[in-house]
Amino acid sequence: MAKVSMTVNGKAVTGDVEPRTLLVQFLRENLRLTGTHVGCDTSQCGACVVHIDGIAAKSCTTLAVQCEGQSITTIEGLASPDGKLHPMQEAFRENHGLQCGYCTPGMIMAALDIVRRNGNSLDEHTIREQLDGNICRCTGYHNIVKAIEAGARAMAK
Amino acid sequence: MYNFTFHRPTTVRQAAGLLARNPEGKLLAGGHSLLPVMKQRLAQPSALVDLSQVEGMTGVELKGRSVVIGAMTRHADVAKSDVLKEVLPGLASVPGSIGDPQVRNRGTIGGSIANNDPNADYPAACLGLGATIITNKRRIAADDFFTGMFSTALEDGEIIVKVSFPIAKKAAYEKFKHPASGFALVGVFVSKRGPDIRVAVTGAGSNGVFRVKSFEEALKKRFSPKSIEGMTIPASGMNSDIHATPEYRAHLVGVLAKRALAKATA
Repeated sequence: MAKVSMTVNGKAVTGDVEPRTLLVQFLRENLRLTGTHVGCDTSQCGACVVHIDGIAAKSCTTLAVQCEGQSITTIEGLASPDGKLHPMQEAFRENHGLQCGYCTPGMIMAALDIVRRNGNSLDEHTIREQLDGNICRCTGYHNIVKAIEAGARAMAK
Repeated sequence: MYNFTFHRPTTVRQAAGLLARNPEGKLLAGGHSLLPVMKQRLAQPSALVDLSQVEGMTGVELKGRSVVIGAMTRHADVAKSDVLKEVLPGLASVPGSIGDPQVRNRGTIGGSIANNDPNADYPAACLGLGATIITNKRRIAADDFFTGMFSTALEDGEIIVKVSFPIAKKAAYEKFKHPASGFALVGVFVSKRGPDIRVAVTGAGSNGVFRVKSFEEALKKRFSPKSIEGMTIPASGMNSDIHATPEYRAHLVGVLAKRALAKATA
């Protein structure tokens, strides 16, 4: 077993894990943060995307022990403490950017990374290109793209 | 995934020491090739030596007439390097075509080269520019480094520290992406630096990345797509799988070489 300490959604956490424990397992099974999903478990689908020190990564392809000392943000860490949704979450709700909802946490975490890298004014082509690593099995991309465009704009306010 | 012990050295020396003590161990860079393979239980290292905390292994630096990239530099950071975009845009365009944004946020140049996946992009860039792979023990020319599919000249305990790319006046990469994986079905890197002309191909060869000497010879007269017009390479030795036949891959080599040359000379 290995001891691991990191910050998750602003809170310091520690755990005793086997080195082979994936970050997504640590989040879901040890911390019970089940908003981060496992879709494919093969680095393809992006349902497991979280931020590691502010940068989007696939938590199914990252070991928990690799995140020692780092700061993780999951979908649970986006809304304000009073429950007010993050502008990107709000945009997904407004634009009905989901069907079954399974891919949504990863989509939103990836969307925030798109804004970080490309700014708040995004065109459809950029969004679609940059969503390369996130798969919506319902194929509901149209509203997801609309939501990301609106969310990015709302974040500038 | 089988279990292993996990180590986090902070110097190259410590990392080398850990590898020496764990002969069945492996280095962990970005983990985006190794961890998937371990999940499938196709690899079962007894130890992982994580290089992420090792000092001095990241960054893109201009050094004389070369660009030196630290082995642990993530694809996203290479792609956005202003220095690289200015002096060697052909190389700067390579990491942006790897995987997807999240993969590029984690994957590293050193990991990609050490793995030498036959469909990976960086091996073509290294061979296509005549890069030098700098390890903790020696300097290895790209021509000697890639020795076959998933195999390199790296010895046990040898760690890639950085990669030095000579600045070629003309250089470009063109890739035919596998639509699902983003890997190169075929990718061609071309460059011209004085009399040194290189055409390196990834994705096509069943023995990994290779140079097309016949194209290079023809390009000596004039570095232009016209110089290789109508030239083909034999389909023997090309990869064959459900995605493409050897003949199709051989054809793509010619097509992409011409596109890359057009881009390099534009």
